[in-house]
Amino acid sequence: MTAATSSEPMVRVRLPGVALVMVAVSVLVMAGLILLPLYVVFHEALLKGLPQYLEALKEPDAISAIRLTLLVAAIAVPLNAVFGVAAAWAISKFEFRGKSVLLTLIDLPFSISPVVSGLVWVLLFGAQGLFGQWLLDHDLKVIFAVPGLVLATILVTFPFVARELIPLMQQQGADEEAAALTLGASGFTTFRRVTLPNIRWALLYGVLLCNARAMGEFGAVSVVSGHIRGLTNTLPLHVEVLYNDYDSVGAFAAASLLAGLGIVTLVLKTVLEWRHSGELSAGRKH
Amino acid sequence: MSLQARDKEFLALLGPSGSGKTTLLRVLAGLEEPDSGEVRFDGEDFLALPVRKRKVGMVFQHYALFRHMTVAQNIAFGLTVRPARERPGKAEIKRRVTELLDLVQLQGLEKRFPSQLSGGQRQRVALARALAIEPRMLLLDEPFGALDAQVRRELRRWLRELHDRAGVTTVFVTHDQEEALDLADRVAILKDGELVQLGAPNAVYEHPATPFVFDFLGQACQLPGIVQGRTLTVADWGTAAPEGAPQGAVQVFFRPDEIAFAPADGAGLAAEVLAVAQRGPDVRIDCRIEGVLMELIGHGPTLPAGVAPGLSVRVKPLRPQVYAT
Repeated sequence: MTAATSSEPMVRVRLPGVALVMVAVSVLVMAGLILLPLYVVFHEALLKGLPQYLEALKEPDAISAIRLTLLVAAIAVPLNAVFGVAAAWAISKFEFRGKSVLLTLIDLPFSISPVVSGLVWVLLFGAQGLFGQWLLDHDLKVIFAVPGLVLATILVTFPFVARELIPLMQQQGADEEAAALTLGASGFTTFRRVTLPNIRWALLYGVLLCNARAMGEFGAVSVVSGHIRGLTNTLPLHVEVLYNDYDSVGAFAAASLLAGLGIVTLVLKTVLEWRHSGELSAGRKH
Repeated sequence: MSLQARDKEFLALLGPSGSGKTTLLRVLAGLEEPDSGEVRFDGEDFLALPVRKRKVGMVFQHYALFRHMTVAQNIAFGLTVRPARERPGKAEIKRRVTELLDLVQLQGLEKRFPSQLSGGQRQRVALARALAIEPRMLLLDEPFGALDAQVRRELRRWLRELHDRAGVTTVFVTHDQEEALDLADRVAILKDGELVQLGAPNAVYEHPATPFVFDFLGQACQLPGIVQGRTLTVADWGTAAPEGAPQGAVQVFFRPDEIAFAPADGAGLAAEVLAVAQRGPDVRIDCRIEGVLMELIGHGPTLPAGVAPGLSVRVKPLRPQVYAT
């Protein structure tokens, strides 16, 4: 408990010249790589004025893309939150065979290209895929439809919640749960009243990152979407379609929504890190 | 191994790390399953009961307080998780919590969080939380392990008094022999998962069953000897063999402070004094006996004048123990 709450004083090295150069380089890179594109996005989106910008967002295809993005995230994120908690719980509180295999599997989506993450679903559920004929016989659509988008998004965003929780739960150990059990609590009560409150901020943090990625995912979703306007285009895909049509205001207007999502996520993430650093995993402490 | 705790007894499980004492405690609590064997409580098969039905109060080595709950919520936890039918009312829970806070002398701290308490206070909260469920048995895992020496000694007395007042069978695990001997009604000494000896602190200390126990319970000096009939001979010193000593070649153990000094022509083991140093209340005497370097301990005021570096004296172990080799 003391280890979790006390923070080690940071060792400071005094190298004035070097520090200055490092800070300058970091700021320049940050400005060039992050702030400049952000500026360009909003600048291009508002190039022809606010009415045009709003018009581009009110267009039926844009509305449908926003809806679809929200729908996919609304399904994928809660599912991944549940999977993530379950996986983190299993890995950090129990000893079992195949634990390291599970740990590797959780990280897999990080290490493979999103295009592959999309392609596997096509190979499984596409018309020529393993279950393609069966799906066709039962009049079910997975690829080029919402289920495919959800599956691809789930696969790509799977690690976020679990990765956030595992170090924290490992550090907290299973003693509090054991204590709750000896005090007469059932397994479910223990989870609800002891485990969940202890991980709530880290869980929120993981969900936040998971959500940002789920809404912004392009590669995997692109493979399974089929780019049917107004039907299977999510916001990032919508941006691409418009951009390829030389509709730069429309493309950047849609992109500005994603950028806005990014900024909101960043702010919330910072607030979480600032207010609850002690309850996030040790590696997240500042 | 087989071990039985008596009703309302304060039983210590003592052993070096890796001796299986914590595992045994966790088996009693139901947090671990034994590969074989049985656990009975009042004749009831304990292994058939899940952890939460056993009603054992456990205090963990690092207390395992619920970090997001206040002291009061921690103590009340065991009462609030009861099924609705058996759950006491809000006012009753509050009354119990106040009562327990009084018992562990933490009045006024009910709104604090565990992170705002000292180690000793956390430990007492953990104890109050365990007592709240009116446990049939109290299990303490290294209850003083994470505290500093001063707090440790204070809490030890206090815990013993608490046990006597609460009147609940208590089993506690420790690797500190002083703690076990000081606190417990009976001490069970474990080694490599085996019960080596079980008995009252004094009985165990004065008659260790094996060289391991002798060594573990305090400092030990060791010499070879021979028992013939009722006589124990070590080098040129002969004395009465202890009750029930094995015949033939033996290992002789004695405590470095359970000795008497005699002049060089008296009775005892011939010793050559190498150094004498005052160490707080004790005097440490480095000497060579039968070619073996030994550190003996004398108590200041009773040290004979003849003991000084370079002198030869006789050392007479007052209570030698012998073990077959």
